[in-house]
Amino acid sequence: MAETLATQPGAPHGAEAHRAAAAAGGKRRDFLKLVTAGFAVVGTGAIAWPFIHSMNPSRDVLALSTTEVDLSPIQVGQAVTVVWRGKPVFVRRRTEQEIAAARAVSLSELRDPQTDEQRVIRPEWLVMIGVCTHLGCVPLGQKPTDPKGEYGGWFCPCHGSHYDTSGRIRRGPAPSNLAVPPYAFTSDTQIRIG
Amino acid sequence: MASGLHQSEFTNPVVRWIDARLPVFTMMQKEYGTFPTPRNFNYLWNFGALAMVTLLIMIATGVFLAMHYTPHVNHAFDSVERIMRDVNYGWLLRYVHANGASMFFIVVYVHIWRGLYYGSYKAPRELLWMLGVVIFLLMMATAFMGYVLPWGQMSFWGATVITNLFSAIPLVGDSIVTWLWGGFSVDNPTLNRFFSLHYLLPFVIVGVVFLHIAALHVTGSNNPLGIDPKGPQDTVPFHPYYTAKDSVGLVAYFLVFAVLVFFFPNLLGHPDNYIPADPLVTPAHIVPEWYFLPYYAILRAVPDKLGGVVLMFGSILILFFLPWLDTSPVRSMRFRPIARIALFLWTVSFFVLLYCGAKPPEGIYVWLSRFGTAYYFAYFLVILPLLGRFERTLPLPESISRPVLRGGGPLPAGAAAKPMEKA
Amino acid sequence: MRRPLFKIAVALGAAAFLAAAPASPRAAEAEPPPSIPFSFKGLFGTFDRASAQRGLQVYMEVCANCHGLRQLSYRNLTELGLSEAEVRAIAATVQVQDGPNDEGQMFERPGRPSDRFRSPFPNAMAARAANNGAYPPDLSVMVKARAGGADYLYALLVGYSDPPQGVELMQGMHYNRYFPGQQIAMAPPLNPGQVSFHDGTEATVEQMARDVTTFLAWAAEPELEERRALGVKIVLFLTILGGLVYAVKRKVWGEAH
Repeated sequence: MAETLATQPGAPHGAEAHRAAAAAGGKRRDFLKLVTAGFAVVGTGAIAWPFIHSMNPSRDVLALSTTEVDLSPIQVGQAVTVVWRGKPVFVRRRTEQEIAAARAVSLSELRDPQTDEQRVIRPEWLVMIGVCTHLGCVPLGQKPTDPKGEYGGWFCPCHGSHYDTSGRIRRGPAPSNLAVPPYAFTSDTQIRIG
Repeated sequence: MASGLHQSEFTNPVVRWIDARLPVFTMMQKEYGTFPTPRNFNYLWNFGALAMVTLLIMIATGVFLAMHYTPHVNHAFDSVERIMRDVNYGWLLRYVHANGASMFFIVVYVHIWRGLYYGSYKAPRELLWMLGVVIFLLMMATAFMGYVLPWGQMSFWGATVITNLFSAIPLVGDSIVTWLWGGFSVDNPTLNRFFSLHYLLPFVIVGVVFLHIAALHVTGSNNPLGIDPKGPQDTVPFHPYYTAKDSVGLVAYFLVFAVLVFFFPNLLGHPDNYIPADPLVTPAHIVPEWYFLPYYAILRAVPDKLGGVVLMFGSILILFFLPWLDTSPVRSMRFRPIARIALFLWTVSFFVLLYCGAKPPEGIYVWLSRFGTAYYFAYFLVILPLLGRFERTLPLPESISRPVLRGGGPLPAGAAAKPMEKA
Repeated sequence: MRRPLFKIAVALGAAAFLAAAPASPRAAEAEPPPSIPFSFKGLFGTFDRASAQRGLQVYMEVCANCHGLRQLSYRNLTELGLSEAEVRAIAATVQVQDGPNDEGQMFERPGRPSDRFRSPFPNAMAARAANNGAYPPDLSVMVKARAGGADYLYALLVGYSDPPQGVELMQGMHYNRYFPGQQIAMAPPLNPGQVSFHDGTEATVEQMARDVTTFLAWAAEPELEERRALGVKIVLFLTILGGLVYAVKRKVWGEAH
């Protein structure tokens, strides 16, 4: 057929007929085509959604998105680290002195101004995500032997950020305070994170 | 202006800028826009486009399924169930993929049958046809390995039986089987390599499809009359005529596909594949997926192990030689009264084999399989070569436009009206 | 022109099928299960929630002693209409192994909604050892894993009887006319009044079989209702789109002739 095509003079006959017919005026067809194309586009868009959504967290992953923590074994002044959504969460039972120190700071001294009251539900219990807001390292300060930084809270060894006893950034490169996850007291001795 | 730039005819400056450097728009316009296509296609000519779309659907769903699937014998079955239950729309992706394999084979079987009926394998389209057979072989390998991945009973025993076919090869057979398995039975190494190849082969298919279409656009399409277009009055531009017609077929196809996926997703599957693989217990009745049943029947029709394997592979490989086995110069079976009957009987033999493949290899089914196998091969090896010599074909129409255009198209000069069959 | 060919094809096909029909010597073995009008059957069927909840009770009190349901988690039960608190309570009735704790030991704790259903045996060998060598299969996808599906499961549960004259049962086997081979290792699992349903439904063998089959059908295909609902929308959409595309095609081709 290659040879037969080569013998064709100019544009194919069918194309001319088509153009002529279109010019002869099918407004109805233009509208019809528009509606059809609209339907096809909507359909294609709808098909994309299951593919995109399949990459979102699946139901079994979401089911593990809450973690329950039993607070009863934690003594005053102690801290534990639990895993929530694959990240460390610091739970610290603060001493009276630590609470007092955290509440004595005036907001003007803070890079990321937040009162201690805004960061806790019950003053004794401080619950935070243990990920430095600078570049994602886990700060030290959970174990009694750890360096706690100049403000008695946490110290990030990667780039030297210091956090106070409310987990607020006081010195170093980190831009904001350690984040507080959503949590609730399910009883006096238990919290649910997430 | 640099001498190497392509002379683009597009007016949009961005399109023109790209087109001058990489003439993809010109190519698309030429191959899918103005491409002169015989004006007399029937709906059987939709199936090439349908196969193309199905391949893309299979690759898309497959890539997303692979994000959640675990190719390990201890986790494969559970990871598939997790896809069905926990992954967002995972059930949809999996059912589309599983049923898509069946739809793909239906479409390709119709596509092949159309080629057989209208003589699309004949000169000058021999290579186009052979590339199609390569695609078909790659599809079969891909489908087989994909069926192993859910690691159910049918997966496991299907893999065992099919890989054991290679043990029929004299001398090196057993070594080849061990090599295929990566061990001494179908096990984790086998599952891992099957997953790897199942992911790879579809992209190889895409490559061969590209060659298939490139070859098609050199020779141009065949058509229901099997005669070459004589001039511009015999063709229409691909767009909008065949884009519109293919769209109709595509939506109808999606409807069938959707009914299968949403209302009968397990109709074509086998219940035993919802039982986790157990290397110690063979199911009472192992059958391959429906699209392999004709070949399975051919395998079992022969009482000799090597003979069965040779015939089974031969039933596909013989298609490579078809362009030279069929010696008739007439392409379309519309004008071949005897060959047409022979092809319909061949179609019947295909369905008889499909039916027998699902039945136990005993009693009447063995004999039906043998009869079907004999005719399957006789059609290619005896009937077609003989018919090329002895068949009296009907007179061919003068041109495509002559019988198609209502009220008579422009006749080529000097063409006399001959009595001819209604197209 | 094509008519006679089709007739030949049809005649040959029919001949093949007729010739094939009498030759299936195994067909007499197991009775085909009768068709039960379950709520989830048909194109638009849904799971009868009350029945499925009773079925859950039958599973928990009877089947769970031997059969696992490991593809399901307790959290899935909210889809059957149970409240969060009820699901928590059900999960808490089992002890689940967890760990290792800070001392490196594995420990047992009450189940949570996110836990998988606890299997009665730690592995298949333990299950066989406790059941005379027969393995009680996991029931998660049982409805999809048997020819006949829900009908077969129901038939199996109600199909026990004394063996007919001349049938010799093997040691430890029971007669069930719907089971392939008709000898099954599982003792008749359901007895009248075995379960006391919360909603006061009388626990006949048929009632319990029907309920637990509904529950297991849901367990095997929890996506069924969502799937059909989406399917209806998509089929409707495609029908409209098909009409539009066909109209466009007619219009385009109308100008070519």
